[in-house]
Amino acid sequence: MTGSVPRIGVVTFPGSLDDRDALRAVRLMGGEPIPLWHADRDLHHVDAVILPGGFSYGDYLRCGAIARFAAVMQEVVTFAARGGPVVGICNGFQVLCEAGLLPGALIRNRSLRFVCRNVWLRVETAQTCLTTGLTPGETIQIPIKHGEGQWVATPEQLDEVERDGRVVFRYASRAGIVEDDHNPNGSTNAIAGVRNASGNVVGLMPHPEHAVDPDVGPEGGQPLFASLLHTAMAGVGA
Amino acid sequence: MSTGEDEPLHRRLGLTDDEHARIVETLGREPNGTELAMYSVMWSEHCSYKSSRRHLRTLPTEGSAVLVGPGQDAGAIDVGDGTAVVFKIESHSHPSAIEPYQGAATGVGGIVRDIVSMGARPVALLDPLVFGPLTDERNRWLFGGVVAGIGGYGNCIGVPTVGGEIRFAEPHSANPTIDVMCVGVADTDHLVTAQTRTPRAGSLMVLYGATTGRDGIGGVSVLASATLEDGAEASRPSVQIGDPFAEKLLIEASLELIDRDLLEGLQDLGGAGITCAVSESAARAGLGAGLDLDAVPLREPGMEPFEILISESQERMLAIVEPSKLDEVRAVCERWGMWTSVIAVMTEGGALTVRRGGEVVADVPARSLTDDAPEYDRPAAPPAEADAGDDPTFAAFESDLTETLLAVLSSANVASKRWAYEQYDRLVQGNTIAGPDSDAAVVRVGGTLKGLAVSTDSKGRFGALDPYLGAMHAVAEAARNVAVTGATPLAITNCLNFGNPERPEVMWQLTESIRGIREACLAFDTPVTGGNVSLYNESGGSAIWPTPTIGMVGLIGDHRLRVPSAFPRPGLAIYLLGETFAELGGSEFAETVLGLVAGRPPAVDLTRERALQRLLIGAAARTILASAHDCGDGGLAVALAEAAIGARNGFAVTLASDLPPHVALFSESAARAVVSVDPADEGDFVGLASEHGVPAVRIGETGGPRALVEGLVDVPVETLVAAWEGAIPELLGAS
Repeated sequence: MTGSVPRIGVVTFPGSLDDRDALRAVRLMGGEPIPLWHADRDLHHVDAVILPGGFSYGDYLRCGAIARFAAVMQEVVTFAARGGPVVGICNGFQVLCEAGLLPGALIRNRSLRFVCRNVWLRVETAQTCLTTGLTPGETIQIPIKHGEGQWVATPEQLDEVERDGRVVFRYASRAGIVEDDHNPNGSTNAIAGVRNASGNVVGLMPHPEHAVDPDVGPEGGQPLFASLLHTAMAGVGA
Repeated sequence: MSTGEDEPLHRRLGLTDDEHARIVETLGREPNGTELAMYSVMWSEHCSYKSSRRHLRTLPTEGSAVLVGPGQDAGAIDVGDGTAVVFKIESHSHPSAIEPYQGAATGVGGIVRDIVSMGARPVALLDPLVFGPLTDERNRWLFGGVVAGIGGYGNCIGVPTVGGEIRFAEPHSANPTIDVMCVGVADTDHLVTAQTRTPRAGSLMVLYGATTGRDGIGGVSVLASATLEDGAEASRPSVQIGDPFAEKLLIEASLELIDRDLLEGLQDLGGAGITCAVSESAARAGLGAGLDLDAVPLREPGMEPFEILISESQERMLAIVEPSKLDEVRAVCERWGMWTSVIAVMTEGGALTVRRGGEVVADVPARSLTDDAPEYDRPAAPPAEADAGDDPTFAAFESDLTETLLAVLSSANVASKRWAYEQYDRLVQGNTIAGPDSDAAVVRVGGTLKGLAVSTDSKGRFGALDPYLGAMHAVAEAARNVAVTGATPLAITNCLNFGNPERPEVMWQLTESIRGIREACLAFDTPVTGGNVSLYNESGGSAIWPTPTIGMVGLIGDHRLRVPSAFPRPGLAIYLLGETFAELGGSEFAETVLGLVAGRPPAVDLTRERALQRLLIGAAARTILASAHDCGDGGLAVALAEAAIGARNGFAVTLASDLPPHVALFSESAARAVVSVDPADEGDFVGLASEHGVPAVRIGETGGPRALVEGLVDVPVETLVAAWEGAIPELLGAS
């Protein structure tokens, strides 16, 4: 930690789209937004890193498959290994899976169509940089917008993820009921977000940065950003 | 379009004998093949507006807010505090009829570059679409492909798709109407216009973005300026392929170049490719250019000069750069991973001289390409069989009105288009105050309280019966859709979609429509800042309905005062604003329930429309409207149902009307809206309505789980929701 306000870096890859939105959300929630460039070889002393949504490198090969080789990703991997908070949103989640920092993979939605709508998420664990301020079982509303958000994993990975409490969010009803009706993309076990073993790396398909400003959407992203800022303040990564 | 091998070259390229003679006169010699190809694309209907220009000149284009009128890449208006709003609508109907995904995708790409080339950041996209009925398999394929293409491209470039409309009509089966509107925001002093930037001889033309290939050769002349006949699939190589990732980089690099003040001009490459961009840039500056085709990075070897000159490969831009700034321009493009190439130098004298391997392959006056296309005063005459059929207003009707409402609500035109718009990212950029389920989309101007209200509207069914009235209705409805949100309509862009202008009845539809737009725009003080004309939308001698699509932009000073369209809570008083007349001609009811597209469309009283707009805007500013919803397709019954569906609040109303019940419910009389008002504000509201001379009748209250029109309709709101939401998925599921 370098000051009284946590510095939250947001990486812009070629083709990132929600980078400005993530920077704005950080600012609205009281953090200092720090733009990071894909070619950067240092993280400019940030206290946490967000890999934003978008279509990095066009996602023409496989979502996130090229972005993981960007220069900045080496720094992100090192930062994460030291316990620094790293959050991947949508395309950023796909990048983290491709980089091996998170288990599983994201494939095309069950409907084979892009889907943009507000969904309810049930929080499954508070043991992550993004959910310290939340209570397992509570629900939050956040929009999704993706064509390839169906989370899948090998049977071994799935066992491990479920057994070790590494599921962070599941698609659910407002009341927290997990049923297929509320699963917008066919994700295995309705999984919307997962964490690494120590909880400092989290990936999720929904977009909390679009759920901070009540003028333009729901507010379910606020407690997530509050948690991230709080964790970053604690200086785990510095 | 003839393809006979024995035809002279100019005819094979779509030029008439007279046009050929005009070229010979200009050059003082026979043009060579390369030059003919350049004239054929620049003098095509698509680029030159040769059939429509003299009529377009009658449209009002001036107003206090107008910064840039027609004639440049896009129009612009001033919304105060140094902010300019740049917007334009365009069609990509012909390519989409052949290859729906790429056709629609590249349509999005093209309009976005138009906005960027004015120096504005694109902030919103809207897609007004008309297909043939979804009961037909090919129409379902076109619909699914177009929607996927719009999403596939738009979602990938970080510009939210916030609205549009989707309609269905049999005459659009072979020729779907695929329009797309883009809105951008710029600092007023960063606008790139012919007036603000003045290149000189010696200025460099720098091509950047994608490489140039054989895709889209002659798209404007082959596809957009002739009718589609059987075998049109053979035109598929004329459809361009989109690369949205390249477009995203192009947007960011271009805006950075403008921010750093590195440019003397900026032009996108769309129809007619390099030929158009270079000749327009030169002619606009009163200069010529020396163009070196060897400098154009190509996608494949062996391309002929004419192919390079008229290729419509996507995601390319042309920057006009003073030589001292070239290095900086190159550095910015490199940072965004794009190559740059100086392809031309501006020269005194006005000649566009094209070289390949050191040889001159074309040498023509730049201005002759851009300004000297012939202008046609094509004959116009109403169709011989002008019988609009029996007016359905006077047909006896005895059926159950609840069932009738459900039928109208689940007609493809009225039903929810969620299936389509959920495939669009409407959220990116974080400024979408109201999206596709609102009468008008409302987009916040970043970092301010200002909101831009934007609506696209067409009234094809009315236009089919009376193109003059149809066009006025389209402008009136667009203005009303903006006004119900509380915003003030400021200006329009229009896309004029018609059949073959060489047929007098189509020409008559076009001129009548332009007359209707003119009158409505004059009455509303909403000038036309530009647009697009899409002709030859017909097959086998049968044209689409005359479909002028209006894109209206309005402003609300404080977006927090925006009025929603749905009843927000129980216990509100419901008022019907405006008067209902016996007008079922061309209505949704007549088509869906009676199977008739017949009669006379509702009258348009522009004074009443204006009064209604002012009332809605004034009431919103005084925060005395809880909701406001336009009465359009399906009339009062559908307006009430949609207002109930939005937030699941039922209503109970009573209609005291001399009209037959089905007419009172489904008449599509213009200048009406359904509003809800808190009981505490009713006095103020009624007073304001009376000040504006707008009839306001209290017809009931919001609340409860049912939609109740006393003695006529009684149905749970959930049943309305099921009908409205379920219709499109059900139609698609039939495949």
